[in-house]
Amino acid sequence: MAEVTLIEGLRQAMDEELARDDRVFIVGEDVGPRGGVFRATQGLFEKYGAERVIDSPLAELSIIGVGIGAALYGMRPICEIQFADFIHPAFNQIVNEAAKMCYRSNGEWTVPMVIRAPYGGGIGGGLYHSQSVEAFFAHVPGLKVAIPSNPHDAKGLLKSAVRDPNPVMIFEPKKGYRLIRGELPEDEEVLVPFGEAAVTRPGRDLSVFAYGMMHHYCLQAAEMVAQEGIDVEVVDLRSLLPLDRKTVLDSVGKTGKALVVYEDNLTGGFGAEVAAIIADEAFEYLDGPVRRLAGPDVPAMPYSHPLQDWFLPDPEQIADAIRQLAGF
Amino acid sequence: MATQVIMPQLGESVVEGTVTKWLKAEGESVEEFEPLVEVNTDKVDTEVPAPASGTLLKLYVDEGETVEAGRLLAMIGQPGEEVPEAPQPVKHKAAAGAGNGKAKADRASQPDAGRKKGLGFISPVVARMAAEHDVDLSSIEGSGRGGRITKKDVEAHLAKGAKAPAAAPWEEAASGELFRPTEEIFKKPAKTVSTEQGEVVPLNTVRKAIAEHMVRSKHTSPHVTTVMEADLSRVVRHRSENKATYARDGIQLTFSAYFVWAAAQALTEVPIVNSSWTDQGVLQHRSVNLGMAVSLGERGLIVPVIKGAEAMSLRGLAQAIGDLAVRARQAELKPDDVQGGTFTITNHGTSGSLFATPIINQPQCAILGVGAIQKRVVAVETGGPDGVTDSIAVRPMVYLTLTFDHRILDGAVADHYLAKVVGRLEAWT
Repeated sequence: MAEVTLIEGLRQAMDEELARDDRVFIVGEDVGPRGGVFRATQGLFEKYGAERVIDSPLAELSIIGVGIGAALYGMRPICEIQFADFIHPAFNQIVNEAAKMCYRSNGEWTVPMVIRAPYGGGIGGGLYHSQSVEAFFAHVPGLKVAIPSNPHDAKGLLKSAVRDPNPVMIFEPKKGYRLIRGELPEDEEVLVPFGEAAVTRPGRDLSVFAYGMMHHYCLQAAEMVAQEGIDVEVVDLRSLLPLDRKTVLDSVGKTGKALVVYEDNLTGGFGAEVAAIIADEAFEYLDGPVRRLAGPDVPAMPYSHPLQDWFLPDPEQIADAIRQLAGF
Repeated sequence: MATQVIMPQLGESVVEGTVTKWLKAEGESVEEFEPLVEVNTDKVDTEVPAPASGTLLKLYVDEGETVEAGRLLAMIGQPGEEVPEAPQPVKHKAAAGAGNGKAKADRASQPDAGRKKGLGFISPVVARMAAEHDVDLSSIEGSGRGGRITKKDVEAHLAKGAKAPAAAPWEEAASGELFRPTEEIFKKPAKTVSTEQGEVVPLNTVRKAIAEHMVRSKHTSPHVTTVMEADLSRVVRHRSENKATYARDGIQLTFSAYFVWAAAQALTEVPIVNSSWTDQGVLQHRSVNLGMAVSLGERGLIVPVIKGAEAMSLRGLAQAIGDLAVRARQAELKPDDVQGGTFTITNHGTSGSLFATPIINQPQCAILGVGAIQKRVVAVETGGPDGVTDSIAVRPMVYLTLTFDHRILDGAVADHYLAKVVGRLEAWT
C-alpha cells in the first residue's frame, strides 16, 4: 500500500486505463507536455505519445464534441475540462447529444466517454474557478455523475467510468487534490462501482450526507459533536447519478434525522434532491425535519478570502447544524 | 398471509364482549362471512362472521372469556401457515369516538395522537412506533424541543419493558378500603359450593350481568320509592274502542303503550327526572329514551329501549313496543337496542304484583313500576246542589310505583312527576 494524494489517484487511473485499452485517449487543454494545470496527466504524454494525450484549443464545446464523435466511432475518450466553470459552452453537446444518443438511436449508438473536471471552491479561485456544476448534470437522465472525496474513490470511479458504456462525468474536488491523502494498493485493481454510497462513520443519532470536500468537513464536525454525546453517521454519497437510495434511506431509517451538506448554492443544488427523496420515502422514520446546509444563493463564490470562507460551509457550521437537529 | 379475526366493537360505547361459543374448531375450514363465533355483550348475543375463507388456524380466546374490542380472537389462513403463539397487539384504527370510551378505546386512536392535547408535536416515527408497540404516549416523558416526545424517549420506554403503570400506588386515589370491615377485605377465597346442601344451578351470562348491575345500582343510588294509584277507566274505554282498528293494521294495542306514552310526556314536563347523575352536575338528557323491561322467563330479563319516545304517538309507541318485545323474546335484539336508555318502565303487574320497589337502571334517575290493573271498590265524590256526596264505584285501578335516585330528586319533585303521569292516564280521551 502506498499513501498518495487525490490527484495521484486520478493520474494512476488514467495511466492504467491507457495501458489497458488502446481505444482510450485523453483530450483537453494543457494535458500534453504540460501534464495538466494540476498535473493530473503528468508524464502520460511522454509515456503514450501525442496521439493518445492530445492538447486541445481553448474550446470546450469542441473538446466535448470531438469526444462524442470519437466515442461514436468506437474510441474511449477521456475529455478534460480544465475548470468545471468552463463546461457551460459544452452544455448543449453534453445534454442534447451525449446524454440522448443511446436513447434516441434505440441503443444503436452509444457514447462511452468520460468528462472529468475539477470543481468546487476554497482555493481563492473567485467566480470562474470555484463553481459547483453537478446539479445541472445529475438532473439529466442518460448521464452518470460521480464525485470522489479521496484517492481510492478517485482512482476507482475514474477507472469504472472509462469502462462504462455511458457518458460519465467525474467532478473532482480541486481543494482536495493535494490536501486529501489516502492509501492505495499497489498490485490490485481498484474499481469503485457507480450507485454505491459509503458509510464512512457509522452512528445512531443523526445521518449526515455529503460529497467532495464537504464530506471531510462533515467527518470533522462529527468528531467535534461526538464529545458532546451526539453520535453522527456520515455518508459519502460518491455517486450522484445513479444515487444509492438504499444506503441513504437505511441510514435515515436507523437514525431518524437527516442533514444534507453541499457547497453548491442551496436552491436546486443536488442535496435538495436527496432531501426530497428522504422526506418522501423515509417519512415514517423521521424524528425531525430533513435539513440542508449549503452555499448561499449568491451568484458566485467571492474572490475575497473572508467572503469566500463565509460562502463555504465549514466544520463549525456543520457541527452547529448537527447540534440543532439533534436537539429537536 | 393469514387473516386476523378481531373482536368487533359491538355498539357505540361497548368496549368488550364475552366469547360464548366457538362455532368452528381449530383446524376446521371456514367460508368468508360464515358465522364463526358467538359473542355476548350487555346481555345481547351476536355472531361474528369469518373475515376470510380458509382454515381456522388458531384460537386465542376461550369460551367464557371476556375480551376488549380490537383484541385478536383467531387467525384464518392456509394450513401450515405460521401464526403467532400469543395474541399480538392488533394495529388499531382510529376508534369511533364516543367521549365516554374507556382508556383502552383511547389507546386505539394512536394515529391521531399528534393532535392529542398536551403531548406536543408527535413526529412520524414516534407515531409509528407507538402504534406498532401499543404504547400509551401520555405515559412517556418528552426530552425533545418544547418537551416533545422523541424517538429516543420511546426507545428508552420500550427498553424498560413498557407496560409498567406511570403512577406509584401511593399516588393514586384510594378506594376507601380502610373504611370497609376487615372481614370483607380479608375474606378467604370462596370454596366450591358443597352439593350436600342442595343443587347448584350454574350462572349464565345474563344472570351474572343482572346480578352485577343490581348490586352496583343499589350501591350507587340512594333508592326511595313513592306510590300513587291511577283510575284507568278512560284508558280502558279508549283501548276497547280502538283495539280492533289497530289490529287491522297489525298493531297490538296493549296497556303498556298508554303507560309509556304518559310517562314520556310527563318527562317532557318534568325534565329533571330524565337525567343522570355526574360529578359535574345532573345531566338532563335531550331525548326520552324509554326502556321497557321484558321478561325472558328462565333467561332473565332484558330492557329494550324506545329512542325518542317523547315525539311518538300512541300508535307509534304501540308498534315499537310490539316489535321490541317480539325481537327480545326471539333473541334478535342488537346491542344498540338495549343501550342509551334514559328512563325505564317495568310492568311487574303482568305477573300479578300490585306494587313493588324496582331497582334503578343505572345510570338513569328513576324507574316506574306498573302494577296489576285490578277492579277495585273506590269512593268517588259527586257534586250535588247540596254539596259533595260520597258514593261507591267500581273502577279499574293500578298502583304506579316510582323508585328514584335521592341524589337527584327529592320526594316533592318525584311526586310531582308521578302525579303528572297519573293525571295523563286519568284524563285520557
